[in-house]
Amino acid sequence: MLDLAKYQSIGAALKDALDQFAGEVCLIESDREREKERITYRDFKVRALALTKALQDTGFKVGYRASIIMTNQSKWLISAYAVLYCGGTLVPLDYKLTPHEQWLLLKHSSADVLFTEYPIWRQLSASPGRSAATALRTILVTEAPPNADLNGAQRWESFRGQGEPVFVPRKRSDIASIVYSSGTGGRPKGCMMTHENYLEQCAPFPALYPLWPGATYLSILPTNHAIDFMLGFFYPFVSGATVVHLRTLRPEYVREAFPKYKVTYVTLVPLVLKNLQKGLQARFDALPKGKRKLFNALVKVNKRVTRAGPRLGLSRFLLKQVHQAFGGELRAIIVGGAFSEPQVLQFFYDLGISVANAYGLTEGCMGITVNDLKPFRADTVGKPLPGIEVRIANPDPDGIGEVAIRSKTVMSGYLNDPELTAETIVDGWLMTGDLGKLDPAGHLQLFGRKKNMIVTEEGKNIYPEDIETVFESLPVKEFSVFAANYIWPQRSMLGEQLVLVIHLEPGQSYTEDLRRDISARNNRLLNYKRIHGVVLWEEDFPRTASLKIKRNDLAERLAKLDRASAILPL
Amino acid sequence: MRTLEQTTKEILDLASKHFNVPAGSLSADDDFFKKLGIDSLQTLEMLSRLENHFGIELPDYEVQGVSDFKTLASRIQSRL
Repeated sequence: MLDLAKYQSIGAALKDALDQFAGEVCLIESDREREKERITYRDFKVRALALTKALQDTGFKVGYRASIIMTNQSKWLISAYAVLYCGGTLVPLDYKLTPHEQWLLLKHSSADVLFTEYPIWRQLSASPGRSAATALRTILVTEAPPNADLNGAQRWESFRGQGEPVFVPRKRSDIASIVYSSGTGGRPKGCMMTHENYLEQCAPFPALYPLWPGATYLSILPTNHAIDFMLGFFYPFVSGATVVHLRTLRPEYVREAFPKYKVTYVTLVPLVLKNLQKGLQARFDALPKGKRKLFNALVKVNKRVTRAGPRLGLSRFLLKQVHQAFGGELRAIIVGGAFSEPQVLQFFYDLGISVANAYGLTEGCMGITVNDLKPFRADTVGKPLPGIEVRIANPDPDGIGEVAIRSKTVMSGYLNDPELTAETIVDGWLMTGDLGKLDPAGHLQLFGRKKNMIVTEEGKNIYPEDIETVFESLPVKEFSVFAANYIWPQRSMLGEQLVLVIHLEPGQSYTEDLRRDISARNNRLLNYKRIHGVVLWEEDFPRTASLKIKRNDLAERLAKLDRASAILPL
Repeated sequence: MRTLEQTTKEILDLASKHFNVPAGSLSADDDFFKKLGIDSLQTLEMLSRLENHFGIELPDYEVQGVSDFKTLASRIQSRL
């Protein structure tokens, strides 16, 4: 890997990487069983500089922001490189958000430029909201059909400048990107990440999970997410490694990609890891009795020899067929974005496939702790990465308290929200809102959340305030959405769900019509944002002088109800 | 060529068979996440089966945000 200590910005490091690794394969794009493209770092540079020049010719410069709303593909990374080369700030947005949500964030971020792909633009341009995004001047759309109506956008492919663009240097303390951790409904949380955040975050990786020219990273998590931006772009690029993008994430094509591209690392969210486990378990169960017995014996031996730490060569020899199904080169599966169940992690480790269970959050750039596999432990999220201080604030008698971190990887603050920034970064410590405990070995164990939110198994952060608008004008006296574990703390990261608390009008009862109304509104939300049930509450909600609901007061009162009987399923 | 009604019926039949729910218990307006109790990955598996059945390719973006059989049927119909 390049020596990142030498660099002031991620743009400068990427620029050098393109020259240093010019002849290496940089990106592979696959669409189902077809390989669409394979480009070297040299090819990447040629494409990126032509785009950069055209961007610079529009007047795009330091202080300008460019948003990317695309599925994982080479054009995402080429566009990002062009923005950083010009000294601009990236605003990566989730392509899975609704057009309404995307417009809200484009407006909030004051993006000047938008890079997107045609199917997304078709929906975005048909949705109201564009007039509010007043800063947006240039829209570049990829892969638009020849006669498509672009609604004021330009074709990404023909947006090319002549001549050499000028590289614009940045300082470590300058903002490299604004990454939204949530807040599509209520209060957008745009984390302002500095160049230093990324450079410092990346520095310890080679010692733990090395990458090199020829190593392959399978990029599945969306690149707008902090994890893939680092592991599927910056880290492999400054290491000269290859990133593989898949156009479809159907499980069968993801499975095929492992042996086809000899994947070295992949990051998965817990839901996908669990699915992979289910599939493997079904195949093991289907083995004839004799073979199954032999297989189980080999797993037992593998468990014994890897007790102190992974022994990749030995595991690949003992459980050859399993490892071959993963391409035979897989070094580790990184799991992040949400909490993983220990037994799922153990399942893979017992097969000799290391699972790097990690903990992090966007506000902290990406990773805070990771399992160093010395030895593997499924019950924790590992030890703090070098350079990151972790302490437990206000611990209870069991040592459990709020996880706080201090490090050069912590964001500089939330965009346009100094109040929220001051609540989140206190005396230089980032208050994560997660509850945890450090054990004597220095491993962090998580025990739930202090904050009113949930993280789905797909790694989506859902804040109740963001989904309440769908229940506006519901015919009840008042309502509020809560994370059930916030009301009834579980000391667990499992069983997270949202509930709608309603206070009925005097004399009103919870009728089938009302239930149906709630259910219909709930169905308008994306499936992972939906509430799980309804809680009936008979008193007025406590409110502030400005009539805002005092959510923590209300949660304390609701906690007196019995969780199991209080939540009425929809 | 199939009509939209035929396409919808074939989708409902396939879904009921694949996820073991009684034939006839699904309707076009149903939310398949909820009705079938499936997650996003299982939905992707269902799409692969539908692609094989109809002999089409359905890019992931076409089904982004779709959660009811009716919309799914219209997306498939436009590619037949």
